Amino acid sequence: MRLELHNALVKEIQWGEKTSLKDNVLYVNREEAIEVVAADENFADVQLELARPGESVRIIPVKDVVEPRIKLEGGTSFFPGFCAPMEPVGEGVTFVLKGASVITCGPIVAFQEGFIDMSGPASPYNPFSETFNVVIVAEPVADLEKHAYERSLREAGLKLSVYLADQCKGTKADNVEVFDKGSIVEENNKYPDLPKITYFCMSITQGLLHDTFLYGADMKSIVPTLVHPNEILDGAMVSGNCVSACDKNTTFHHVNDPIVLELYKRHGKEINFIGVIPTLESTVLAGKERTTWMNANLARQLGADGVVISEEGYGNPDTDLCMNAKKCEDWGIKTVVISDEAAGVDGSSQGLADATPEMDGFVSAGNVNEMIEVPAMDKIIGFPEAIAYLSGGASDSLREDGSMYVELQSIIGSTNELGFSKLGCEWV
Amino acid sequence: MVREIEKEAGIPVVQIATIVPIMLTVGANRIVPGVAIPHPVGDPESGPEGDRKKRRELLQRAFKAMSTEIKEQTIFKD
Amino acid sequence: MTYRVVHYINQFYAGMGGEDTAHVPPSSRDGIVGPGLQLQNLLQGEAEVIGTVICGDSYYGENMEKAQAECIEMIKAFKPDMLIAGPGFNAGRYGVACGDICAAAGEMLGIPTVTALYGENPGVEMYHKKTYIVETSDSARGMRDALSRMVTLALKLLKKEKLGTARFEGYIHRGIRKSFFHEKSGAERGVDMLLKKIRGEAFETELEMPVFKKIDPAAPIADLSKVTIALCTSGGIVPFGNPDHIRVSSAEKFGKYNISELKDLTSENYESIHGGYDRVYANDNPDVVLPLDIMREMEKEGVFAKLHDFVYCTTGTGTAVANAEGFGQAIGKELKEAGVDAVILTST
Repeated sequence: MRLELHNALVKEIQWGEKTSLKDNVLYVNREEAIEVVAADENFADVQLELARPGESVRIIPVKDVVEPRIKLEGGTSFFPGFCAPMEPVGEGVTFVLKGASVITCGPIVAFQEGFIDMSGPASPYNPFSETFNVVIVAEPVADLEKHAYERSLREAGLKLSVYLADQCKGTKADNVEVFDKGSIVEENNKYPDLPKITYFCMSITQGLLHDTFLYGADMKSIVPTLVHPNEILDGAMVSGNCVSACDKNTTFHHVNDPIVLELYKRHGKEINFIGVIPTLESTVLAGKERTTWMNANLARQLGADGVVISEEGYGNPDTDLCMNAKKCEDWGIKTVVISDEAAGVDGSSQGLADATPEMDGFVSAGNVNEMIEVPAMDKIIGFPEAIAYLSGGASDSLREDGSMYVELQSIIGSTNELGFSKLGCEWV
Repeated sequence: MVREIEKEAGIPVVQIATIVPIMLTVGANRIVPGVAIPHPVGDPESGPEGDRKKRRELLQRAFKAMSTEIKEQTIFKD
Repeated sequence: MTYRVVHYINQFYAGMGGEDTAHVPPSSRDGIVGPGLQLQNLLQGEAEVIGTVICGDSYYGENMEKAQAECIEMIKAFKPDMLIAGPGFNAGRYGVACGDICAAAGEMLGIPTVTALYGENPGVEMYHKKTYIVETSDSARGMRDALSRMVTLALKLLKKEKLGTARFEGYIHRGIRKSFFHEKSGAERGVDMLLKKIRGEAFETELEMPVFKKIDPAAPIADLSKVTIALCTSGGIVPFGNPDHIRVSSAEKFGKYNISELKDLTSENYESIHGGYDRVYANDNPDVVLPLDIMREMEKEGVFAKLHDFVYCTTGTGTAVANAEGFGQAIGKELKEAGVDAVILTST
């Protein structure tokens, strides 16, 4: 399976008469772009804003972040089951507006949304302070049911990102990345001596603002399955928004999954990357048992020597993490987990809800409770008072001067458990 | 929390929750497995009557748990 | 400016004798004594050992409160900027004394403190959260290395420089987790670690698995029909409007609510504010998390004598274990005082 990502670099963003990419400047026709999403009858009002790296801008409350992409060959549109018809992805050519993001924002749906600062002390904690962003601020019609509002906003982000990529797809790419890997049998024959590695991508599947989609299927309703890494990079997974903002995997994170990219980089050299197993975090014990047995068994059937396991969220999913690690290790499959810690505001508390001795290879993505002081920003996109209701915020977080004193967990992507950032946690 | 209440008050504390491994890890002694994370002591999907019936059943199990002499962490499955 | 350092050592390193003189009470001398000479040299004029406090190991161990108070007075008299104790290597009583005097000086005099001990010295377990303990070899053969690393750390503390991780700075960690930016991403570190594990090479986990505490089960209820039972939840069920502003996650407090007049929780009187699950069911009928309706029925039926008039509620998601333990202790104390016989606690 061969996938080419044609990356057109975005280095500046401006409103313009025609949505297009010219000399690495992304021009957006504001009215036309608003129309792309405003047609949804669940929205009473839709506004678009731009946010650039280094600007004194705060975006709050953020739901999802999407990278603008579209298929050029080997498929249509993007995100099968949403903007694209139900078809396989991972082959052909995909056009990427690299350096741009679509961010969805609007009145709070539930507590699991977060904020993005484009500059200042919070900016190194999220990757979207470095991208040129188009922000959708959508207000729902009165009394809209929350699941419906969430769905509309999720789809608005996907639609706008596909629209942007579609308008710019004629532009020549600045660079091309190739991801080419055959079937498991082919790769096993090519690299008989390299350790076979797979990856469990644990995804929140627990209801409102805790859902993840695979080819449009709500993952709550599926059992774990095996996909080719190219499928992940080509839009098979969509975030149904969040858990706590810090450790949710946005749709942007999925198509740029750093574990997939890292394993791919070493494929054929140090390892044989045998595929990705997107899996779930159930709300019932039997579900946790079932999925973790199936994950371990899939790994065993594939002859895996090792597995990287990433968590999404914290608390009860710590149990899924333990079960995945233990069941694999019991069958002789080596594991490393990537997770974060809730070690308390002062860092002195035990940071996991569940633990098991088999989880002896632990990569920490940071302490979600660590406090950070962020200054007021010149411009707020969205609704600053929402911080009182977000995980990691409190009623006294927002001060009169506009500064905030909050936990890292209220910053989108700060302790991302795909290991997207360099943040970690250590003893002092 | 459950362990510290039991230790401080010296009285039996029955925990009803869904994820039994976490209760075992945090040191709950009398454990009753719940239905699901969003509704540990109810079954709203089976309608109001089914919901109440499930709640009664779980509470009865909790009463049994607090009345039973145990030596170690015990899961009351029925 | 030259920083003022006081050095604490035992009778042996002060040249007063071994076990035979271990009962000598604290004494104070100006300037350096024993290993203080090497310490002074390593400080290279940036700080000066202005005084030495000496105490016999047995004296300190057998009269800890008294010895601590006497030593603190002597240290205080030098008006120091810092206390350095030891190194105590693997000497048990000396190690405990070093840890104890450092912890006390830090707390009472508000100055930074450094000592140096072997990892298995009992002083480590007792005091590593209260002072900086540089890890040493088990005997005085490692004196030079220990002093040199103590000085490096001491000067950073005196200059209030930003410290790196315990591993980087070479001290035994104080039980605190802090976020740092690594050179590599989490994904890259994860794959590196997995490959080492598969190859059978040494690898360092970034978080050792914790050991959770267990307690003996409380005695059971003898006669259910005579008892008062209390309801508690970590499922975020609170009176509508969340009057105590309990956080949706990382709770820092719990709420105590009078339910003596209530027969049923409904979407009008109570709600869920928990940040960790889909709250649609719980908001529609909070009884699915906090089972008040059936408890009232069973109370009326005489299954048990009385439902306690107050429920205790908090949110469990992202809440630090230390906070949760604190809530448990406070709730347990109140329930005991109120004469409650048993508790049903629900969690999501």
